[in-house]
Amino acid sequence: MKINLKVWRQKNNNTPGKLVEYHLDNVSEDMSFLEMFDVLNDSLTRKGEDPVTFDHDCREGICGMCSMYINGRAHGPQTGATTCQLHMRSFNDGDTIVVEPWRARSFPVIKDLMVDRSAFDRIIQSGGYVSVNTGSARDANEILVPRTIADEAMDAAACIGCGACVAACKNASAMLFVSAKVSQLAILPQGHSEHKERAERMVAQMDAEGFGACSFTGACSVECPKSISLDHIARMNREYLGAKLSSDNVQG
Amino acid sequence: MKLESKIPAGPLAEKWSRHKFSLKLVNPANKRKYEIIVVGTGLAGASAAASLAELGYNVKAFCFQDSPRRAHSIAAQGGINAAKNYQNDGDSVFRLFYDTIKGGDYRAREGNVHRLAEVSVNIIDQCVAQGVPFAREYGGTLANRSFGGAQVSRTFYARGQTGQQLLLGAYSALSRQVANGKVKLYPRTEMLDLVVEGGKARGIITRNLITGKIESHSAHAVLLCTGGYGNVFYLSTNAMGSNVTAAWRAHKKGAFFGNPCFTQIHPTCIPVSGHYQSKLTLMSESLRNDGRVWAPKSKEDAVRIQKGEIKPTDLAEDARDYFLERRYPAFGNLVPRDVASRNAKYVCDEGRGVSKTGLAVYLDFADAIKRDGRKTIEAKYGNLFEMYEKITGENPYELPMMIYPAVHYTMGGLWVDYNLMTTIPGLYALGEANFSDHGANRLGASALMQGLADGYFVIPYTVGDYLATIGPADKIPVDSPAFREAEQKIQDQVNKLLSIKGERPVDELHKELGHIMWEYCGMSRTAEGLKLAKQKIQALKKEFWTNVKVLGDAEEMNQALEQAARVADFIELGELMVDDALNREESCGGHFREEHQTPDGEALRDDENFAYVAAWEFKGENQPEELNKEILEFENVKLTQRSYK
Repeated sequence: MKINLKVWRQKNNNTPGKLVEYHLDNVSEDMSFLEMFDVLNDSLTRKGEDPVTFDHDCREGICGMCSMYINGRAHGPQTGATTCQLHMRSFNDGDTIVVEPWRARSFPVIKDLMVDRSAFDRIIQSGGYVSVNTGSARDANEILVPRTIADEAMDAAACIGCGACVAACKNASAMLFVSAKVSQLAILPQGHSEHKERAERMVAQMDAEGFGACSFTGACSVECPKSISLDHIARMNREYLGAKLSSDNVQG
Repeated sequence: MKLESKIPAGPLAEKWSRHKFSLKLVNPANKRKYEIIVVGTGLAGASAAASLAELGYNVKAFCFQDSPRRAHSIAAQGGINAAKNYQNDGDSVFRLFYDTIKGGDYRAREGNVHRLAEVSVNIIDQCVAQGVPFAREYGGTLANRSFGGAQVSRTFYARGQTGQQLLLGAYSALSRQVANGKVKLYPRTEMLDLVVEGGKARGIITRNLITGKIESHSAHAVLLCTGGYGNVFYLSTNAMGSNVTAAWRAHKKGAFFGNPCFTQIHPTCIPVSGHYQSKLTLMSESLRNDGRVWAPKSKEDAVRIQKGEIKPTDLAEDARDYFLERRYPAFGNLVPRDVASRNAKYVCDEGRGVSKTGLAVYLDFADAIKRDGRKTIEAKYGNLFEMYEKITGENPYELPMMIYPAVHYTMGGLWVDYNLMTTIPGLYALGEANFSDHGANRLGASALMQGLADGYFVIPYTVGDYLATIGPADKIPVDSPAFREAEQKIQDQVNKLLSIKGERPVDELHKELGHIMWEYCGMSRTAEGLKLAKQKIQALKKEFWTNVKVLGDAEEMNQALEQAARVADFIELGELMVDDALNREESCGGHFREEHQTPDGEALRDDENFAYVAAWEFKGENQPEELNKEILEFENVKLTQRSYK
């Protein structure tokens, strides 16, 4: 296959970036999208040009590191898959493919296609946990969790924190990411005792990081590689509203 | 140097309790006077950092990924073992201990493995309390499955994403301590050296991967939780960034390396499709419960399949060779990983492999679908089938899957004593980074167990003993000569890599190393091949340091530079693996020496001469390493030949 690429190149956060064109002649349809970038980088290196910087690690769709905005879609044309799970057979010979980094103010570009997603870590730090120290747990089977609840919690917990939801949202909202954690812990008995405070703190941190308001378009869920449902956003809204109405936190 | 394993005396089941009592404690008010560095934030690192911070220590946690949540533990699929005996099917701590020792082909320590089995039950309690959504029965109790040929159901799981859920649990505990101010996180930061002064580990030298700045960090103790070194083979199921650099550089500062040649090759991975291949994807071992492994009986049929002239479904039943069922009638397709892998290799070596490359065998679900219906198979393996189709473009409901073995896990690692301390006082190794619990072969669902056991339930006790002994004043500042010299050395190495300006990209040299290791130090090894490999690796090392091409600057995000430093270390490690494989004149677990096999081709152990841990000591650049032996003593199990016939 022959592929034309337009790739976002940006030296660092202080330098303006631009799209640069590259042509690849020998692309196999069995290659993954990232392997196609390996081939590009190999040829750039041999020519003495700076290879394209991009995040990637497990290359099997679970670490959440890869993050390319391909032809206007987070993780490319496939649904329910990360960039590393996208293969070149999804494209046609002669296609032009535009590749950009996640575009969101809260995810500043580090270099080329690599962005800083540490805002997500800070949101989890603000309350995305159950406060239990090592060693103070009771026997696992003393906490009964009905299968349907466990399954729903697992659906939410499947989030890989890649940021596609933010990239796909026209408001760059992080509602799907935040709600996945709020929802998982709110429906499990283990997380219940802190559920009000958690919703308040995580939403506050999300706002402080500069993520936008929910756009109600549902693009986040469509582009989510783990197909996290919008139901969790609904649950978070309920949790948040409930917490605000009956908050134990008088400073609000 | 005499290796002291520090296994406590007394009956097996009481060793750990007695030992815990004999360990010194640090006064709660004094804990805040200590600093501990944790490198790596996978299961071992995140659980250790969180647990130590909860105790009151000041922790600095480092990872090269952009977030601690992305460490490679996240990719583990199958599950985690624990001797809970919730299923009332005869499991016990002793049985888990026994299975692990036997599965490791009697090359692990009894004391360590029994402790692992003991604390396994606490791990499940802890993870459930954190909100890990394990699979449940309708009544709300925890579900279990049998895994990796175990005769009891002791594996806990969260769909096919157990590693992810356990890691996110540990990450949440870690995040809580970051919020409490007890852990300081250093993401996108790579450890490039260990600082040793006065015979003790004093801290580390790191490179900030965004700015390129070389920095020093001082502490009372350093914990390496940096995972395995499977990427020495270039192609493996490891993440692209997984590397040996932290462990290897500690090794060069005096930490012995245990059993480096013990690597695990997983039988059910998606085969290589072309030269551009960057990594291999594991298909869960559970597939072998229903899939039948086969290859064409005749070479002619195999060649026609390779050329695409016929499809596998065109071959009649009597033209197929179900080679695992034929050779191992008792265990059939469920033989352990090493046996299944080796047999697939033999079939392909005979020219009977399939796929374009001839390096694959079939895993066929046609009979299972006929027997149980497509719906049942879909419910069990739907997500795996989907993943396979995404990668290969073939529908496994209609055509048999193609699989081939791939490097998956490394049992070898830094030598540690019962306290998880390496041969450098104050330096510890946890999880896959150490050598301790899996012997020559790891059982399925045991890696997650070990990582969390070390981090949650072992290190919080053992590190205190060391800290109480040295006292809070025993720490050196980052502007002391030991740190300055180490920083300079790393800066020089970075400059050197950028100044070579050769012809060959790092990836190409890494691939070449991988070929050598896979060919001569992979599933099957011979003295002759290993000697040849040693020469080839030495030549490659020379080539690397004269002809590698790394572009860009030191003071910026530079992925080729990061990779170059890692590959340089892999090359040196590769040579040590070959030395170790040459030295071990026996076959055991994942280490198969063709010279040492039974008449019917099975691994032949030599307990009289090789029931020891080979702990290698670095003696200087380009000097042969010195072999130290820790003799393994078995008081509670009888050594037997594994048989799966």
